[in-house]
Amino acid sequence: MDLFEYQARDLFEAHQIPVLAGAVATTPEQAFAAATKIGGKVVVKAQVKVGGRGKAGGVKLAENADDAKAKAGAILGMDIKGHTVHKVMIAQAAPIDSEYYLAILLDRANRNFLVMASVAGGMEIEEVAHRTPEKLAKVGINPNIGIDKAKAIEIAKGGQFSADVIDQVADVLVKLWQAFIKEDATLMEINPLVKSLDGKVIALDGKVTLDDNSFFRHPEHEQLVDQASTNPLEKLAKEKDLNYVKLDGQVGIIGNGAGLVMSTLDVVAYAGEKYGVKPANFLDIGGGASAEVMANGLSIILSDPDVKSVFVNVFGGITACDAVANGIVQALDILGSKATKPIVVRLDGNNVGLGRKILSQANHPLISQLETMDGAAAKAAELAGK
Amino acid sequence: MAIFVNESTKVIVQGMTGSEGTKHTKRMLKAGTKIVGGVTPGKGGQSVDMDGTLIPVFNSVSEAMAATGANASVVFVPPKFAKAAVIDAIDAAMPLVVVITEGIPVHDVAAFYSYAVGKGKTQILGPNCPGIISPGKANLGIIPADITGPGKIGLVSKSGTLTYQMIFELRDFGFTTAVGIGGDPIIGTTHIDCLRAFQDDPDTKAIVMIGEIGGDAEERAAQFIKEYVTKPVVGYVAGFTAPEGKTMGHAGAIVSGSSGTAAAKKEALEAVGVAVGKTPSETANLMRKILNG
Repeated sequence: MDLFEYQARDLFEAHQIPVLAGAVATTPEQAFAAATKIGGKVVVKAQVKVGGRGKAGGVKLAENADDAKAKAGAILGMDIKGHTVHKVMIAQAAPIDSEYYLAILLDRANRNFLVMASVAGGMEIEEVAHRTPEKLAKVGINPNIGIDKAKAIEIAKGGQFSADVIDQVADVLVKLWQAFIKEDATLMEINPLVKSLDGKVIALDGKVTLDDNSFFRHPEHEQLVDQASTNPLEKLAKEKDLNYVKLDGQVGIIGNGAGLVMSTLDVVAYAGEKYGVKPANFLDIGGGASAEVMANGLSIILSDPDVKSVFVNVFGGITACDAVANGIVQALDILGSKATKPIVVRLDGNNVGLGRKILSQANHPLISQLETMDGAAAKAAELAGK
Repeated sequence: MAIFVNESTKVIVQGMTGSEGTKHTKRMLKAGTKIVGGVTPGKGGQSVDMDGTLIPVFNSVSEAMAATGANASVVFVPPKFAKAAVIDAIDAAMPLVVVITEGIPVHDVAAFYSYAVGKGKTQILGPNCPGIISPGKANLGIIPADITGPGKIGLVSKSGTLTYQMIFELRDFGFTTAVGIGGDPIIGTTHIDCLRAFQDDPDTKAIVMIGEIGGDAEERAAQFIKEYVTKPVVGYVAGFTAPEGKTMGHAGAIVSGSSGTAAAKKEALEAVGVAVGKTPSETANLMRKILNG
């Protein structure tokens, strides 16, 4: 899960990383109150989980609380690259001397963690890496050893930080590492990390990604979930413990196993070119496709108004095809008159003969069966295109 | 021959007394796997009847190894306790640990992976993987054993059901070994480890490699193929239509910005001479053509 900037700021503060005063606001009035409390000049920043908000006009300097209210009014509701701005952060404005870069992230290729530190900040780090690679320290971290002060100083030296800030930067890095571990993060980026005119090192903007798999030991992370932007169907699916992602097409997809479902999306997209249709969602019902899980999945997909046809693509591995077929039939019984869209089923694998027979005998008017994944995808696309 | 596991692999199951552990221990036994014990801390000394075969339970991996001579472990322990279970196996110097568990925090995986590398005695497969099968010899994990038999294809895949699908499509040729390496951001055994083992295995005549969006493992595998693999390889990559920034089921299956796209992976594989199919069935047909000459 990616956090908003204000959530990252609060998390940094909770871990003693120096930040400026800041508060989140969802209305111009709240922005006014926050700016009054902070006092002086403030920056009004759109809270969206996408880059380039500054260029899009989502970050404005405000002279006072009245100005902050007006600027917040203009920014709230803006569309930035398809993301609607529901919240702004009101942040204390500070005169800046220098901008730096500091981040810890998961390194998939080396299967450990990676620190990146550079005296050149304020721009995309890819640009720093490209233009001035000598100013970027990239250091792999053994998760079982971590980062102590000595290591942090060594890294800061590698990032070419000057002597007057090295100690402060190293302190921030040690605290960032502690936060990274305690919060089960896969990314903690401070960009820019700044030196203020009075020589203090402060985290001015941050990006944080938390590991969804770790939520069982962080119940408090649940409240960081962005309910306003979560698609209602995705919310419903999550409540039913289903792995569902809403997409913008017309062919509803149900399959078992993440890889097979991804593959099904691709095959449907190819087949759909001819009919002008695309996959409407990703839904993985997992290895054990019981009737109840199938019913939950079908009901979510059938309640999506964009869906014109449904493709159920199951390979019977651990769960045999006859069990899956029974699941589909029972699911349609449970749904009754709520099931209104044509359903194309492709079963293969374990006990496929019996599974197909069960579906044939059920003789349900909505179901058509095809033997291959490619054939079934073509049929589902054709039905959605009608 | 087969890679990583064969008829002399002696297996213990960590988490055998749980419901998933019990269910799959029975299936693995039925497939001919030599299961010699289970490990559940606190339940040592008991025996569990697995459809007529009595399997002893031990408190720790080292106890189980001392008593049975096991040289591989399969882990079905829930995410909360998985790290401790894998560390237990690494401390016992277990040669192969297959971690089936889905949903382990990536910090835990990073920690036990680094720990294993430091000790230098343990190969980890997974986590969040379907396991490994050398048909007719050993089945460690949850891959259905009855789809195919021994043969001449080697298969390596991030995904479970796509593995089953591909085994099914090519069942008439059979497989030396099929390995599901898992879809998490950090995994123990990689595409490259499997490609090297298949290249070195005289009975494997051709290799199927299945990838998916996220990370750059497929690109690195492509580079390795160029340098090391002389046997024919066909490839498949899932997730061409996956949107940016959305996790597609597997924790590691996510396109971020321009990195991790299926198109980039396909291109990298094709650049080193790997025939990449557009769909699973097209991929199987490419392999069919190679094996039929």
